[in-house]
Amino acid sequence: MSERVAVRKTYKLFIGGKFPRSESGRSYLVQSSNVSLASRKDARDAVVAARAAVKGWAGATAYNRGQILYRAAEMLEGRREQFVALGIPGDEVDAAVDRWVWYAGWADKIAQVYGGANPVAGPYFNLSAPEPTGVVAVVAPERPALLGLVSVIAPAIVSGNTVVVAASPTEPLAAVTLAEVLATSDLPGGVVNILTGAITETAPTLASHLDVNAIDLTGVTDATLATDLEVKAAENLKRVLRPAPGDHDWFAGPGLARMTTLLETKTVWHPKGV
Amino acid sequence: MTATTTSARSELSELGRSETALRTFLHGLPGVDQVGAEQRAAQLGTRSIKTTAKAQAIDLAIRMVDLTTLEGADTPGKVRALAAKALRPDPADPSCPHVGAVCVYPAMVPHVAEVLRGSAVHLASVATAFPSGQAPLEIKLADTRAAVAAGADEIDMVINRGAFLAGRYQEVYDEIVATKEACGDAHLKVILETGELATYDNVRRASWLAMLAGGDFVKTSTGKVPVAATMPVTLVMLEAVRDFRAATGRQVGVKPAGGIKTTKDAIKYLVMVNETVGPDWLDPDWFRFGASSLLNDLLMQRTKLTTGTYSGPDYFTLD
Repeated sequence: MSERVAVRKTYKLFIGGKFPRSESGRSYLVQSSNVSLASRKDARDAVVAARAAVKGWAGATAYNRGQILYRAAEMLEGRREQFVALGIPGDEVDAAVDRWVWYAGWADKIAQVYGGANPVAGPYFNLSAPEPTGVVAVVAPERPALLGLVSVIAPAIVSGNTVVVAASPTEPLAAVTLAEVLATSDLPGGVVNILTGAITETAPTLASHLDVNAIDLTGVTDATLATDLEVKAAENLKRVLRPAPGDHDWFAGPGLARMTTLLETKTVWHPKGV
Repeated sequence: MTATTTSARSELSELGRSETALRTFLHGLPGVDQVGAEQRAAQLGTRSIKTTAKAQAIDLAIRMVDLTTLEGADTPGKVRALAAKALRPDPADPSCPHVGAVCVYPAMVPHVAEVLRGSAVHLASVATAFPSGQAPLEIKLADTRAAVAAGADEIDMVINRGAFLAGRYQEVYDEIVATKEACGDAHLKVILETGELATYDNVRRASWLAMLAGGDFVKTSTGKVPVAATMPVTLVMLEAVRDFRAATGRQVGVKPAGGIKTTKDAIKYLVMVNETVGPDWLDPDWFRFGASSLLNDLLMQRTKLTTGTYSGPDYFTLD
């Protein structure tokens, strides 16, 4: 019997719940693998997919979103060995699973903590409720490849936003593998879209895109590029999360700012009965 | 005009006089190679149109749009807003051309006419018991006359598919002739409803029948059945108008309608028009898109080309 031929894996993009190659047909060699090199058109397609997913995802009940995120954490845990084989330390995978679960728990709590009744001088109930802002573009930190990625995706989608993520250009395999986790987690297609390739190519398109509501610049290391992206984002008043400082400790507790920056507040005045 | 063409023309004009002659002629048309037509249409969809060519294509496509609303829920306010959009699709950019026409139900024609008066945008109205066409002839003709009287200068009629599929070609022919007469000066677009005709051979026959009976345009669909305009169907119709002009010297327009939603689709159609019938048809007088959501995508792509940034649906009207 002849020796078995190994099945070699092609790492592709993750757009609208599918794994397409870049429409440009380009790829680049990184981590000893060929990985798709996303073009600005892929970024555009990803925004279209993310926009299409907003209605269903933001409209789902918070409980349902939480359950789906828990499911993603289960899948992530189940693929622990696969991530370790990609060179990700075991304790980072564990931290990533924990982080995902932590954010999943916030799904049905964030509105309680950040919403509430406002005292007003009149016969009204005045209630404020946080709502997702819409499509969020995210530049993921270069490393830690998995924990960093989870720490930027989970807080954005837990409240009902959808994301287009520019993954770490130097360590993209964790991102594509995470996409496989998400694709098997009941997460509706388009809620998370992942682009691999050069940040300088995808990020400016996302920053200037008028159908993107917020941009998270966490992974942008070049200060000039960060400024440029922020200027582009100002065109339609995107919410901006500034780049993380170089010594940021991703294992430390993340706080709530990542979730709350990507929320809008809806306030309702309701007449009180006499 | 050569002697052969002239004699062919008079021969063709005789066809409508007898059912037998019509049937013999329509069934004598060469059959459509289904696989070939589909492959040809798919091949024409692979051209890459970029930069300045794309900008020209988008502007041409905007000028060719028949901005359509055919809902039971149409109100005077809604159609007036649509007509205003037809005049100036992108209020932020005065260089954006107006669309070809507005297409509404006859009852809405007066409201649209008010807005379009004095402009170059045409006013089309569906008539003849749209979309089924299942009504007595007198009612269909009254429907047509009412639309024209109210100010429509283009009439989109539906053929009697029941009669066509049953082989009663004379009846279909006579209805088109009568409707054309009821139109007066208004242009007549004949909707074949290709989604109900089942075969490409039938599409070719129906196209010829509509042209022989005096239709100014052949249109694919009502947009009310699951299968609307497709590339291969439009290809068959384009070939029919090309052959018809070669035989008679009269040029007939083509209007695919329904299901064309993106700029990419629209450009594929334009490529097909250019490759099949040539630049003579690359004009709003001879080729139209029946669409509503297509316009917003064209405007978004146009904005991308002029400003360099991708736009979003939030910045254009909902209709």
